[in-house]
Amino acid sequence: MNLITALEEGFKRQIPEFNVGDIVNVRVKVVEGAKTRIQPYEGAVIARSGSGVRETFTVRKVSSGIGVERIFPVHSPVIEDIKVIRKGDVRRAKLYYLRDKKGKAAKIKEMARDYTPKPAATV
Amino acid sequence: MNGIIGKKIGMSHIYKEDGTVIPVTLIEAGPCCVVQVKTVERDGYEAVKLGFNELKKQKMINKALKGACDKSGVKPYGVFKEFSLDSAAKVGDMVTVDGFAAGDKVLISAVSKGKGFQGVMKRLNYSGGPGSHGSMFNRAPGSIGASSFPSRVWKNKGMPGHMGSVRISVKNVIIIDVKPQQNLLIIKGAVPGHKGTLVEVRKQL
Repeated sequence: MNLITALEEGFKRQIPEFNVGDIVNVRVKVVEGAKTRIQPYEGAVIARSGSGVRETFTVRKVSSGIGVERIFPVHSPVIEDIKVIRKGDVRRAKLYYLRDKKGKAAKIKEMARDYTPKPAATV
Repeated sequence: MNGIIGKKIGMSHIYKEDGTVIPVTLIEAGPCCVVQVKTVERDGYEAVKLGFNELKKQKMINKALKGACDKSGVKPYGVFKEFSLDSAAKVGDMVTVDGFAAGDKVLISAVSKGKGFQGVMKRLNYSGGPGSHGSMFNRAPGSIGASSFPSRVWKNKGMPGHMGSVRISVKNVIIIDVKPQQNLLIIKGAVPGHKGTLVEVRKQL
């Protein structure tokens, strides 16, 4: 197993920490002929699956009334960057129930406070 | 060298720069030792016998193996396989993954995963019957032959039975990368067998 993780380490990229329930903005590289442009895609992370370099995440947004879900490989070179816009407060690992909810019911609660430890204050 | 013996480590995937995902299998191959060079005069055909998986524990080595190894002056190995002759091969030579390069096409042979006793649909790709609408003929093989002639079932008629655990060879497998420090071959796509299975990698000439 070590040989696999060693190989995968080389293909991993620096990505910000994000979790299921977060609202993220994914900037995706799109190749059009000779030109490459960047297409932003914003929505809620409803699932993360897989591990290592094979990990993927699903981003759901509602675009003009139609639900759209895109699955991105976390370490794909196609992703320019991932920005966490809002941290969500959720109790499940997969938010597939959002597919059946509309309007206010499909809202994800924002995390009340940041749980990451702050540097110790000097008195 | 024309071939090498290895062990299947498992699968993963890697990315190309444009984001394309390439599925890969890792094979820990070699180092193998040339244990014997077979010649037309002595053996009737030409081949090199490679040894892989050196036996380090004394209790693993029986007297027959010890005698054979002492005679040719090589270390005792757990696995022996024959490959086509490379004219430069001498007894005692070590074969490593260095002989392969990224982009090479190889032939890979291994014993496939055992599937147990399987029906004809999975084992022989028979089409079976309709799944629903009151059909009571679902996965059965159907008729196995005619009546008065031949009054018996033809030989080799496909029937349910044991599936898997047979030697499978895959041609035109592309090597993506070679890592000599780790004795690693990175191969595109899948390779027969379970993790840890013995794999023979041959150059396609």
